[in-house]
Amino acid sequence: MDIRVQESPFDLGAEANAFAVKQTGMGALVTFTGIVRDLKGGDLDTMEIEHYPGMTEKAIEKIANEALSRWSLGDVLIIHRYGKLHHDEVIMMVATAARHRADAFQGAEFLMDFLKSRAPFWKKEVTADSTDWVAAKDEDEDALSRW
Amino acid sequence: MDVLYFAWVRERVGRPKDNLQTGAETVRDLVNELREKEERYAAAFADLDALRVAVDQELADFDAPLKNAREVAFFPPMTGG
Repeated sequence: MDIRVQESPFDLGAEANAFAVKQTGMGALVTFTGIVRDLKGGDLDTMEIEHYPGMTEKAIEKIANEALSRWSLGDVLIIHRYGKLHHDEVIMMVATAARHRADAFQGAEFLMDFLKSRAPFWKKEVTADSTDWVAAKDEDEDALSRW
Repeated sequence: MDVLYFAWVRERVGRPKDNLQTGAETVRDLVNELREKEERYAAAFADLDALRVAVDQELADFDAPLKNAREVAFFPPMTGG
């Protein structure tokens, strides 16, 4: 398990590749990447991501352990950034490795659903004339109940 | 006890952290104490449905006991990913 909470950017391809080459006996590897989306009007200046140092790492580790206990996963990688980001920048990634693809896909989806609403991050959208905290969506909370 | 605030809760309270001597037995008691403190706290804690709480860095509910708790944090629903 590799969990990183960091301000600095990371190289998605290099991380995915490094994760792949350290596996043995795994037939499937799934990656998901979250990217800062511009606002509909195209006027997003920055997205500021705040987190709760200490709790963030613990909460993510708990989510990852839950995924490892529910599916047959060989390994899990989670990288999540905080700080000021611009649109089209990579915010975060998860990768799962498993012997078979169903475990890898489902494990990755589970991780994403829980990272959305159980990892202590908060996003603020800043434009030239407004700053708005991104509200949690009911559908994100509802998504947890399917697991 | 350290009381931490994040996101718009921090902005409304006007600071990221307080260090309090409190006899509050539950999170809800602590919230009521904070509301009495100053108007900006009352504003931040006006609607508990809009808030989440962690006790010693674990998500908790507002009836959670605070015995031996070292750190309580208040924040809006999380928006990771």
